[in-house]
Amino acid sequence: MNKLDTNYKNTWCPGCGNFGILVAFKNAIKDEDPNNIAIVSGIGCHAKIVDYINVNSFYSLHGRALPAAEGIKLANPDLKVIAFTGDGDSLDEGISHLIHAAKRNSDITVVLHNNRLFALTTGQFTAVSVEGFKGKSTPTGAPESPINPLELLLASNATFISRSYSGNIKHLEETLKRAIAHKGFSIVEVLEPCVSFFNTTEFYNNKTYVLDDANLDSREEALKKIREWNYEENGEKVPLGVFYEVSKLPFYERVLTNKKEETVEDILKELI
Amino acid sequence: MKDFTILVGGQAGQGSRKAGLVIAKILNSLGYRIFIYDDYQSLIRGGHSFSKIRVSDKKVEGQSEELDYIIALDKETIDKHLDSLKDSGTVLFNADRIEFKKGLGIKSETIAKEEGGSSIMANTVMISAFAKTIGVDFELLKNVFQKEFKKGLDINLKIAERVYVEVIEKTKIEKLENKILPLITGNEALALGSVEAGLDMYYAYPMTPATSILHFLAGRKLGVETIQLENEIAVIIAALGSAYAGKRTMIGTSGGGFALMTEGLSFGVMAEIPVVIVNSQRTGPATGVPTYSGQSDLNFVLNAGHGDLVKFTVAPSNADECYEWGGRILNLAWKYQTPAVVLIDKEISESTFNLDINSKIEQENNSLWNQEGEYRRYEITENGISPLAFPGNGVVVKTTSYEHDQNGLTAEESEEEITAMQEKRLRKFEAMQEEVDNMEDAIKIFGNKDSKNVLITFGSSTGPAIEAAEKFDLKVVQIVVLEPFPVIQVTEAVGDASLIVCVEQNALGQLASLLAKNGIEAEELILKYSSRVIQKGEIEDLLKEIL
Ligand SMILES: Cc1ncc(C[n+]2csc(CCOP(=O)(O)OP(=O)(O)O)c2C)c(N)n1
Ligand code: SF4
Repeated sequence: MNKLDTNYKNTWCPGCGNFGILVAFKNAIKDEDPNNIAIVSGIGCHAKIVDYINVNSFYSLHGRALPAAEGIKLANPDLKVIAFTGDGDSLDEGISHLIHAAKRNSDITVVLHNNRLFALTTGQFTAVSVEGFKGKSTPTGAPESPINPLELLLASNATFISRSYSGNIKHLEETLKRAIAHKGFSIVEVLEPCVSFFNTTEFYNNKTYVLDDANLDSREEALKKIREWNYEENGEKVPLGVFYEVSKLPFYERVLTNKKEETVEDILKELI
Repeated sequence: MKDFTILVGGQAGQGSRKAGLVIAKILNSLGYRIFIYDDYQSLIRGGHSFSKIRVSDKKVEGQSEELDYIIALDKETIDKHLDSLKDSGTVLFNADRIEFKKGLGIKSETIAKEEGGSSIMANTVMISAFAKTIGVDFELLKNVFQKEFKKGLDINLKIAERVYVEVIEKTKIEKLENKILPLITGNEALALGSVEAGLDMYYAYPMTPATSILHFLAGRKLGVETIQLENEIAVIIAALGSAYAGKRTMIGTSGGGFALMTEGLSFGVMAEIPVVIVNSQRTGPATGVPTYSGQSDLNFVLNAGHGDLVKFTVAPSNADECYEWGGRILNLAWKYQTPAVVLIDKEISESTFNLDINSKIEQENNSLWNQEGEYRRYEITENGISPLAFPGNGVVVKTTSYEHDQNGLTAEESEEEITAMQEKRLRKFEAMQEEVDNMEDAIKIFGNKDSKNVLITFGSSTGPAIEAAEKFDLKVVQIVVLEPFPVIQVTEAVGDASLIVCVEQNALGQLASLLAKNGIEAEELILKYSSRVIQKGEIEDLLKEIL
């Protein structure tokens, strides 16, 4: 047994994209000191990952992975904090946290397991489901069209934006390493098939391609790359790679400034 | 007993609150005891605001209805409050804006401008005029000004000096031998108490009347990190994250924000993560009357959070208790690894009291892991308290909102495992109950301890209830710890009572329901739910009918 494994029984469906993420992540952190890592998750199929990895973990509520990750980082900036979250988790229930964590440049890595539906609740549409998605809650098709989460994150001033695919473990591992090394807010959107409710394996195998790094600090270029695929069902090309990377002071360095320069006694004297 | 009240009023933005505070500081430094109630509406400019400064030779914790002085910066102050002025009372008014036949009119804005100041310094004119009227030495006034006017001190002093010379002294206020005590709001006292118990971080989303905790801690250099987040859900979850990583955290809000925090509260119970939540009540439901008081969140707070859970809930009633419980509750939360609520309200949060500390608050030890053997975050123990360790300590610490095994891994399959963990928490809840059972001051008794007529009350109703009880020689029981309920102490305190009257500020008699649940029936209820704080006179009037 790998020291990063727990002996907890894995209950993902065979062929689920989450397996690829688990493998790639364990590879990505194998040279890190596990004592300095804390992983966080929301609730959903994706979130079970914390039970499968033998490092410090915080299994949060649905939609609430990010504030927990931010709180951990602020309490102990020496920790590397990685939040695993689903599209339902962070684009529906907890979307405000995603926007604000990016805006603050909280020094956390967000791994967005994007299977483009609520899986654990047996397949309903999310903010990134294709228009017309037929799930149990929308038998005649989802009436809404998807948002582009990476565009939203660019607008929210995220400082590291990337996309990978659970079926391209090598690329995913490299991207995760880069994201974890980034100082500030980083997102790795991981496209993953849900074999039980929305099997996109073939689509991603055929349509994804890896972009070269170029002009990573250009918002215009980033937007072009991000908009190349807009989450439609039958897009032509789905780019993977790092789309945007700039450096900016992380939140904890800006906000943790309250030095102890006075005592309660001092203040009580002043208040006389 | 010397006991008089000064009301300073004006339009929002005219500085009546500052004037009230300076006057209070002057009288405080003469050894008087002070209570300041600040009244304002949910707006930034215009509208009427006022401060009522109650001054006494004994400690006072509540307003008085009758006024001895009115200091009016605008006409509305007189229109609204003249009815409350005693026959012997005096009015000092801003003659630039007000025509009034009695009292002392001073063209305060004109004077302020003549001395090179701006019209807002009319409040300085009124402070000085009042000080001279009651015979305060100019040196003392000057000392207080030096502390209170960091900006524009020279002009303010110049204005004050001129007015002091022109106004006639009417009486000579006596200096008292009392020890001089700090003047502090309930929110500030709560913050300081928690700092003494080792507070590391304070998260919040602004909501009156809790906001000034955030402002106070942010403006000070006490080593407490203050962080404003996007909403109250983020606030509680981030606080849980920080506490998981080893930092003592507190968060504060009012009823609406507390509602958003309840999913996190339930999570805190399941994951056994300490966090102190301050709910400073205003008048509910919903947005209610945002800058006024009430006690209508009692039921909600006691029942907050889904699932089987017990937490601590305490209800301090004044600054001394806020200071004390700000510290004690943080220690208890960490001892039992649990969320804990401090339930106060606008009257306590934003009113100014004399702080008289009589207990030393210190950080107490957490239930830390002793570094021996294998570490299990949720180890099954006899008293239900498992060892604490934090990420970075060299062991794997797993925490979760799911029901879990001793290692913090999800437990769904084994009924046995699930029951064992639930029962571990139940034993901890019992230990928390025992903690309260052994707390002598979980309730406090005032008035005639032998009286068979008992008023039961909590929080901001306590001060007025104690004063009203004096007149009828009644016993007053203040419930300080509301959860786990101190049933032994309360039952004993009312054991031989022939009449129990609940005094509380909500419409449904929520305290009475809590008592009934614990086998104590209140015969009568004195309720107030108009958003304005219950007054001793109102309680007295109702007691006359009841007794
Ligand atoms: C407050 C709350 N609402 C609803 C749920 C039910 N719920 C559990 S998982 C889930 C959706 C998960 O979707 P996603 O985050 O995309 O994860 P996936 O299962 O697809 O990996 C929902 C709605 C919940 N646990 N908590
Ligand atoms: S339901 Fe979908 S997401 Fe969940 S484990 Fe199965 S394949 Fe994976």
